[in-house]
Amino acid sequence: MTKLTATRRQFFGLAAGGAAAAALAAPGDVRAQVATKARIVIIGAGAGGTALANRLVTRLDGAEITLIDPRVEHLYQPGLSLVAAGLKPANYVVTKTTDWLPDTVTLIAEAAAEIDPDAKTVTTASGQSVAYDFLVVAPGLVLDHDAIEGFSLDMVGQNGIGALYAGPQYAAATWKAAQAYTETGGVGLFTRPATEMKCAGAPLKHTFLIEDIARTVGTRGKLDVHYMANNNSLFGVPIVSEKVRMLFGDRGITPAYSHVLRGIDAGARTATFDTPDGSVTRDYDYIHVIPPQRAPEVIRQSGLSWADKWTDQGWVECDMASLRHLRYDTIWALGDVAGVPKGKTAASVKWQVPVVEDGILAAIEGREATETYDGYTSCPMITRVGRAMLVEFDYHNNLVPSFPGIIAPLEELWISWLMKEVALKATYNAMLRGRA
Amino acid sequence: MKDLTFGTILAVFEEIFGIGLFWAMVVVAALVTMAYLYVLIRDHSISWRKFLLAQLSMPIGAIAAVWFVLVMTSSKLTDLGGPVDVIVFLGIAAAGAVGIAILVYTAQSLVMRQPKSEP
Repeated sequence: MTKLTATRRQFFGLAAGGAAAAALAAPGDVRAQVATKARIVIIGAGAGGTALANRLVTRLDGAEITLIDPRVEHLYQPGLSLVAAGLKPANYVVTKTTDWLPDTVTLIAEAAAEIDPDAKTVTTASGQSVAYDFLVVAPGLVLDHDAIEGFSLDMVGQNGIGALYAGPQYAAATWKAAQAYTETGGVGLFTRPATEMKCAGAPLKHTFLIEDIARTVGTRGKLDVHYMANNNSLFGVPIVSEKVRMLFGDRGITPAYSHVLRGIDAGARTATFDTPDGSVTRDYDYIHVIPPQRAPEVIRQSGLSWADKWTDQGWVECDMASLRHLRYDTIWALGDVAGVPKGKTAASVKWQVPVVEDGILAAIEGREATETYDGYTSCPMITRVGRAMLVEFDYHNNLVPSFPGIIAPLEELWISWLMKEVALKATYNAMLRGRA
Repeated sequence: MKDLTFGTILAVFEEIFGIGLFWAMVVVAALVTMAYLYVLIRDHSISWRKFLLAQLSMPIGAIAAVWFVLVMTSSKLTDLGGPVDVIVFLGIAAAGAVGIAILVYTAQSLVMRQPKSEP
């Protein structure tokens, strides 16, 4: 009995010691805070602006951080593809902007109307002028639905029209139209714009998912699925484009190259495409519309855009490694609006945020910035319900797998699907909080 | 992954389950493990009779774990596409099997009175 008591005491002692050791080993940001009175303004409280704000408040002591963004809802945009395939409800992607912001920052819930990079002020829609020492432009991009003739968002969900990029309710409506298509069959046209765009994998994912869902419900034979590429490739990275071409062959999806959607006639169910040989009209039973994408008007009006590149789109003129504006050294671009060759995804934002953070800290401390961005973009390319390819690449079209030798980038794997399903939103949320 | 640290992994798990549920599960897992170690130390030996039932429960734990993951992720067995998928699949099954075995063994040891005659 004595022995038992002693053992018990030893046991609980050991357990308590273990718990104490675990508590001591708990991780935390051990870097010293930098004291500053700098006024930092971030235009946009999306993925980039929110993650940056959360990181800056832990790194800076005394900085005055202001976010300018009218959007009440924060959208987890990588989830829209899943909503548009009926795999998640619309509210899966929706949270409140204020849910993610630290208490110590100021949110001005208005749109930025004007940026004066010489006077270093931002004017909001109501005329409030906000002065800054450092400015980060991260307002996202604008979907130019008006550029598609005959199309308007109220058509989405009916008469075989889908447009999943437009937001959660439109993604859900897209599923309504796409699901009807998987039942009735016919010709499906899956388009993408000729401009730079958010997640160039999403148009492919939607194609693969709808094709797979039809296969599962047993109606695949009634579907004639066409992917309308904007140029002569299926994806910007050649090795991935080739793989997609092979998968399309395997799934019976017909690619049409250099077909850019110009307009639709919803009544006649026809779509007109610009091609190198002139305009071409095609019949459809289901069409997925992704409009041209551009920088918000305020960026283009403020003289921050490239003058000689993407002139119809207006992305911010910045260094592709540091993301710092090439003409105004107190301005950085972050996220979709940045005028860099790749990187309009949440994964890119995750890689860009530490670079902008380091750039601002270096400017405050009067040192050279050390962090650089090399174009990292990740796309869990869903190829069917239950499988995906974890495609990761950089500016140079090199594949840069996170788990080399374990998760093959060009193989359709269940583990890549599990990551998209389970870990991706969680990682995104952790990023928003500045913890990943 | 950039900065794939222990802190990142913790943050991701907190987001998957919610902070409350995640840490509650960690505490439950730690308590069961501690209880298991406790009965091992208390009894100074493994009871093979209890271990037999624990072993018999292992397939149930394995199947339950796999079923849970498949249902939660809208997947099916035919989605396994490469070697790493098989490894993950077996890992999930093994975790379920070992987990339930420890749970069953510990529950028996704590609930049932220690028979005096057992060696």
